[in-house]
Amino acid sequence: METKISVSKITAAEAISEIKVAVKNLSVYYGKFRALAEINIAIRSNKITAIIGPSGCGKSTLLRSFNRMNDLTPNARMDGEILLDGENINAPGVDVVDVRRRVGMVFQRPNPFPKSIYDNVAFGPRLYGIRRKSDLDEIVEKSLHQAALWDEVRDKLHQSGFSLSGGQQQRLCIARALAVEPEVILMDEPASALDPISTLRIEELMHDIVKNYTIIIVTHNMQQAARVSDYTAMMMIDDHRIGRLIEFNETQVIFTNPKDKRTEDYVTGRFG
Amino acid sequence: MKNTSVLKRNTWRERLNRSTRHGDIPWSLLVGAMAILVLVVVLAIAWMLWTESADARAKIGWDFFRPTLDATWNPAKDIYQAWPFIYGTLITSLVAIILAVPISIGIAVFLAELCPERLRLPLNWMIEMLAAIPSVVYGLWGIFVFLPVVVAPIGKFLAPLSSLPSFAGTLFTGPISEDGTSRLAAGLILTIMIIPTITAISRDVLLAIPDTQREAAMGLGSTRWEMIWQVLLPYGLSGILGAIILGLGRALGETMAVTMVMGNANEATGSLLKAGYTMASLLALQFKEAVTPLHTDAMIELGLTLFAITLILNLLARFLVWQVARRTPQEARA
Amino acid sequence: MTRFQQLIAKNGARHRRHRRIVNGVMLSLTGLLTLMALVPLFWIIGYVIYRGAPVLNLNFFTQLARPIGMRGGGVLFAIEGTAVLAILACLFAIPPGVLAAFYAARNPNTPLGIALRFSTDVLAGVPSIVMGLFIYGLVVVPMKHFSGFAGGLALSILMLPTIIRTTEEMLKLVPHTLREGSLGLGAPEWKTNLSVVFPAALDGIITGFLLAIARATGETAPLLFTALGNERFDIGAIIQSGIQAHQSIFAVIGRIINQPIDSLPLTLWTYAMQPYQERIDQSWGVALVLMIFVLLIEIVARMWIEARKRALQG
Repeated sequence: METKISVSKITAAEAISEIKVAVKNLSVYYGKFRALAEINIAIRSNKITAIIGPSGCGKSTLLRSFNRMNDLTPNARMDGEILLDGENINAPGVDVVDVRRRVGMVFQRPNPFPKSIYDNVAFGPRLYGIRRKSDLDEIVEKSLHQAALWDEVRDKLHQSGFSLSGGQQQRLCIARALAVEPEVILMDEPASALDPISTLRIEELMHDIVKNYTIIIVTHNMQQAARVSDYTAMMMIDDHRIGRLIEFNETQVIFTNPKDKRTEDYVTGRFG
Repeated sequence: MKNTSVLKRNTWRERLNRSTRHGDIPWSLLVGAMAILVLVVVLAIAWMLWTESADARAKIGWDFFRPTLDATWNPAKDIYQAWPFIYGTLITSLVAIILAVPISIGIAVFLAELCPERLRLPLNWMIEMLAAIPSVVYGLWGIFVFLPVVVAPIGKFLAPLSSLPSFAGTLFTGPISEDGTSRLAAGLILTIMIIPTITAISRDVLLAIPDTQREAAMGLGSTRWEMIWQVLLPYGLSGILGAIILGLGRALGETMAVTMVMGNANEATGSLLKAGYTMASLLALQFKEAVTPLHTDAMIELGLTLFAITLILNLLARFLVWQVARRTPQEARA
Repeated sequence: MTRFQQLIAKNGARHRRHRRIVNGVMLSLTGLLTLMALVPLFWIIGYVIYRGAPVLNLNFFTQLARPIGMRGGGVLFAIEGTAVLAILACLFAIPPGVLAAFYAARNPNTPLGIALRFSTDVLAGVPSIVMGLFIYGLVVVPMKHFSGFAGGLALSILMLPTIIRTTEEMLKLVPHTLREGSLGLGAPEWKTNLSVVFPAALDGIITGFLLAIARATGETAPLLFTALGNERFDIGAIIQSGIQAHQSIFAVIGRIINQPIDSLPLTLWTYAMQPYQERIDQSWGVALVLMIFVLLIEIVARMWIEARKRALQG
């Protein structure tokens, strides 16, 4: 199996869970500028993987490679492979729409559509051709339950998504992403715009759903990474301002016994 | 001697400076007065049209607006019923809106969402050049090129539709005249003329939509078109409606090109293929040659009608565009 | 397999292909519509050049109209008239427009500021022929004759909203630090506005003037019953007779603006509606001159704005 290449670096965890996403030799360019270089990483199924590092180190760029959101940026180009269940999502014949169904995304700021709560959640399923009201009702309720929002909105499903508070909006966005049953969920600093209590709820929510999904989260909040994640990837820019992965291991190891001096400086707050 | 005079002048100037806050009071009075002047111009236009049409309103009353196509407009007998012209304005603008809206929104989508960066500026300019070409040039080109080459064949092609039942049939009662002058011609010329208005505003509305909306849609696996159709256009809907209304306002008041291609005859049928007048074209052609004082008044009442319609439309459009502007920061704050 | 996967598997590949096709078709359609809209633009420009260019010669720009039926002659009267109308319109519209813009930029939320913005919008939306009616009632009826003065006034009202809007926008672009720097040195508000803010915004404001002039120059409807049109308008003759009669310069100017006057679009319209081939030919010449003038200003103004924007962005 191809996945073994990257696995070999992480021996302890090997037996516990299988590889969901494997990144091999990934480079991302914006025009002539090389933003990421030689990224190799293996993301494990049903675990939370955090990507940390100082701002501008390419965390978001890496995250957005997992569902090819970088395609939307003009001049962006990718080299290397990203294997989702062993299949390269960058291969020529791959349907981007399908990749994005399987790899969902939650963004930095809550971005509900100016539609009702119901229509926000039903948006994805409708794209994939689900039209029957009973099917949609079922999906909407299930997704809102998973996002721990159902009890708060069950009586106002037809109010605008904008009428919710910031934290509720972000959970609505999570429900919207869950509605198409993705296998992997990407979270780009999902709590950075929220208050501490809402942040906590999102973190609890991540714990609750991770048994069914694989979660990759970008965060600049060290405590958050330590609290929620099973694995942590440490990124940093080199002298040519190119983002590189400098260390990847179980979160506990990264925070207590990092191999790389720069990681140690960063997690102990002596850097950035 | 010299010293005292300087001192004197200084105190005089000082006092003046103090009482005018160093000239700021006259300045703010001046700019305030000019702001009021603009306001006064608008009020004066309304007041002028209202008072100058007093006789017509008193003597003709609501009969002026009675919606019947065999209305009479006869200066010799001093009978004035304006419906055919109001109808002409409405039907030509309606044709223009129906055709221009999908075209303009399509162009706006292309310019805002799809166009390669390098083409964007030149294409924007070219579309806006369409608005810069003077109305009379449209008219001239219309008479000698557009009508015979495009409108007349379309008119012939549409003529069989006259067998449709009721009103739809009367819309296409032909035949269209050989040179193509008709209400349809005016509607088609207006279509071209209002495309830049609707396009430019719709494009700006689309560009103002936060990228987070695009990401949300694409992240769920939308195709680009699904993102545009199901997310962006609904998001910008009220702004785009505002753009359409402003385009409608332009079409209603457009004078020269319409006058030149519409044939200017008072046909009793409402057919698109027949010649007609709009309110503006009647004013352009008859106002100078008004026969009686009531004739003049009646035409000023037409002007008043135009003014009132465009005023209401502008209010509505501003309101809609303003609503979009209000929603955007709210979403960003969340 | 979960329920959801069953549901979308049922829709299957056909649905996916359908989505892809709709996407492709609709996206290409928007590009096609854009191309379609450019057809009339190039058709008009091309045809006007094709018909108008042969008519243009020195006489066209330097001679007055010949009586109907005689070949040759030019449209000097219309060119002169257009210039006079444009100058008058600028004189009437620019000072109040700029000052009102200062008010609007400084007090956007006072009742008067809101009323001003509203009035500007209304003025921009009023059909130009209604402006003609207004000036007819305001000037032509009391004076009992049509005149260049009335025409200039009608065009000035048309220009007013453009001037106010662009000036206001440009004034707002001037960095606050510049203002505060001047106010901080103890300069009064009005001096700051006139000697610091206005010059900093000047090139943008002039661009706005140019666009307003271009639009007003192309207008016909507001002139129909204000300036009326006058094929015999001849500034040269007026000045000559004025010199011979030892009139003051003000009297000469008074005579120039106090009689009916022609303009290029007005001439185009009159000539195009006449059944004489040489007049129709000349109307194409006028269309060409008018179009070149208007489009040239438009392009220059836009390039200027673009360059300025780029400079501001660094």
